[in-house]
Amino acid sequence: MALDTESFELLLPTLQRFIQERLIPAEDHLEEHDDVPLDIVQDMKDMGLFGLTVPEEFGGIGLSVSQEVLVNYELGRTAPAFRSVFGTNIGIGSQGILMDGTPEQKAAYLPRVASGELIMSFALTEPDVGTDAASLKTRAELDGDHYVLNGTKRYITNAPRAGAFTLMARTGGPGAGGVSAFIVPADLPGITLGKPDKKMGQRGTKTCDVILENVRVPAANIIGGVPGQGFKTAMKVLDRGRLNISAVSCGLASRILDEARRYARDRKQFGKPIGEFQLIQAMLADSQAELLAAWSLVKDVARRFDGKPAHVSDPDISMQVSCAKLFSTEMVGRVADRGVQIHGGAGYINEYPVERFYRDARLLRLYEGTTQVQQIIIGRELLRTA
Amino acid sequence: MKILVPVKRVVDYNVKVRVKSDNSGVDIANVKMSMNPFDEIAVEEAVRLKEKGLATEVIAVSCGVTQCQETLRTAMAIGADRGILVETPADLDLQPLAVAKLLKALVDKEQPGLIILGKQAIDDDCNQTGQMLAALADLPQATFASKVEIVDGKAQVTREIDGGLEVLSISLPAVVTTDLRLNEPRYVTLPNIMKAKKKQLDTFKPEDLGVDVAPRIKTLKVAEPAKRSAGIKVPDVATLVDKLKNVAKVI
Repeated sequence: MALDTESFELLLPTLQRFIQERLIPAEDHLEEHDDVPLDIVQDMKDMGLFGLTVPEEFGGIGLSVSQEVLVNYELGRTAPAFRSVFGTNIGIGSQGILMDGTPEQKAAYLPRVASGELIMSFALTEPDVGTDAASLKTRAELDGDHYVLNGTKRYITNAPRAGAFTLMARTGGPGAGGVSAFIVPADLPGITLGKPDKKMGQRGTKTCDVILENVRVPAANIIGGVPGQGFKTAMKVLDRGRLNISAVSCGLASRILDEARRYARDRKQFGKPIGEFQLIQAMLADSQAELLAAWSLVKDVARRFDGKPAHVSDPDISMQVSCAKLFSTEMVGRVADRGVQIHGGAGYINEYPVERFYRDARLLRLYEGTTQVQQIIIGRELLRTA
Repeated sequence: MKILVPVKRVVDYNVKVRVKSDNSGVDIANVKMSMNPFDEIAVEEAVRLKEKGLATEVIAVSCGVTQCQETLRTAMAIGADRGILVETPADLDLQPLAVAKLLKALVDKEQPGLIILGKQAIDDDCNQTGQMLAALADLPQATFASKVEIVDGKAQVTREIDGGLEVLSISLPAVVTTDLRLNEPRYVTLPNIMKAKKKQLDTFKPEDLGVDVAPRIKTLKVAEPAKRSAGIKVPDVATLVDKLKNVAKVI
């Protein structure tokens, strides 16, 4: 699945122009008001950004992973909250249905996901269950042709905007095999949302708890129709999501590097631009080299990802995805740190975008699997195949 | 009413161009190409006229190499209904007069009520094609438009001139060339990119239109502007005046 090259080459410059002319100038407004302006959200819908990864037959344009990472690189060059508006729709919120859903589920949800009419979120994490996702506690008890769901989901991106959740709950015994993925409409009785989380950065992204009390979900809403497959679905969804986080990290690093370069050229000390000092150049050079390495890795793994069928999980590719996520998110952390360092005291003041990007970048190493989780995935796979 | 919109494929406005080492022209190998920005404004204006119900069909035309198809797809993604490519060989130096003749042939064929195109292309800055077309097709023209209105079968065109605005009323069919402030082209939407793929695109050769496209002008040399040399600081006004008079020789 991919968009033809000619159309993709029309899409990318349009998106670049939209980011440059509409999103980047709105970054300060976003930071101040903690929300994406509604006219920008409408423009995103009109442009079709909610349907980037939904196949053409369901009203989207069906980008391949290789194309999706190029799009996410561009989106990484501005505040992450803009991407977040439609990010769960094109990513973790809808991919479960796309990869493992029944034809009826796809037809019922994907067209509304693609148009932006329906916002979908991904609900896996719980208060006591983060990295150890296989031991999640949210219960789903069968009662006739419905399941009754009880539990709490934590840090759920876009939950306040969501019309439905891809939500993991336990239908069977302990461990990964007892987990099922449900499509849970947000308006079902018994669903309440917690207070919006107050985060270090990424202002304008909306996250909160989702609390389920005796929520009756039709058994037909289990993704793929078969219970016990939810953990596998979740892991496949996360593979693709992690590659996109990697691409966003590279885009963000390139933006920070641009900001740092501009500052190094304009800022004068001892009678000359600070960029003429080799210690500044060293920081710029390290950032550039690491960015290129990460971006090459991400594009290469994306190409391999496209080489396998979407519904198949390949441990070798998952391991490579983890390598990309680990390396690129750690890379952007270092680039953001150097970006602030090059700015000196100014980098600690919110007048300069690097201050904000430094906080925004911190989350990249944490969500969709911390760096340590990626290390475990890589280490385990290396020893399994030794 | 049909609107014909000629569009040119040029080096993208973000690209810093380099002169070829043999001074024969600008190096466009592996350089990003896009639609001439003034032509993009022309397409946008034509599509807006159609959306207002003042036009029935918008036809984009491009003259040049095969890759001009991409430029036409962009025009169709903005909203043009179909495209016409007049394909010329890659080694041909296609000049404004030849393009104007090709467009004249297409005007005869399609009988548009309005031809709207950029006032100039950002690569050669000739600013000739629209005027030449108007002369060849014997049509009224209004150049450098900052506002276009269709009233009672006439085009009312506002032009930005030194010290104010000039408003012309010309009968249709007519040729209008666009200035920068006429409109701000929309963002192409993904659904429209998908639709553009399915729109009709016809290809002609200059021979099909009976036009001789041989160049009439010979380019002798293309060179980069001289590098600006470093400035100097002068201690006082007297020295400044002296330098301006005797070194720069400007006063």
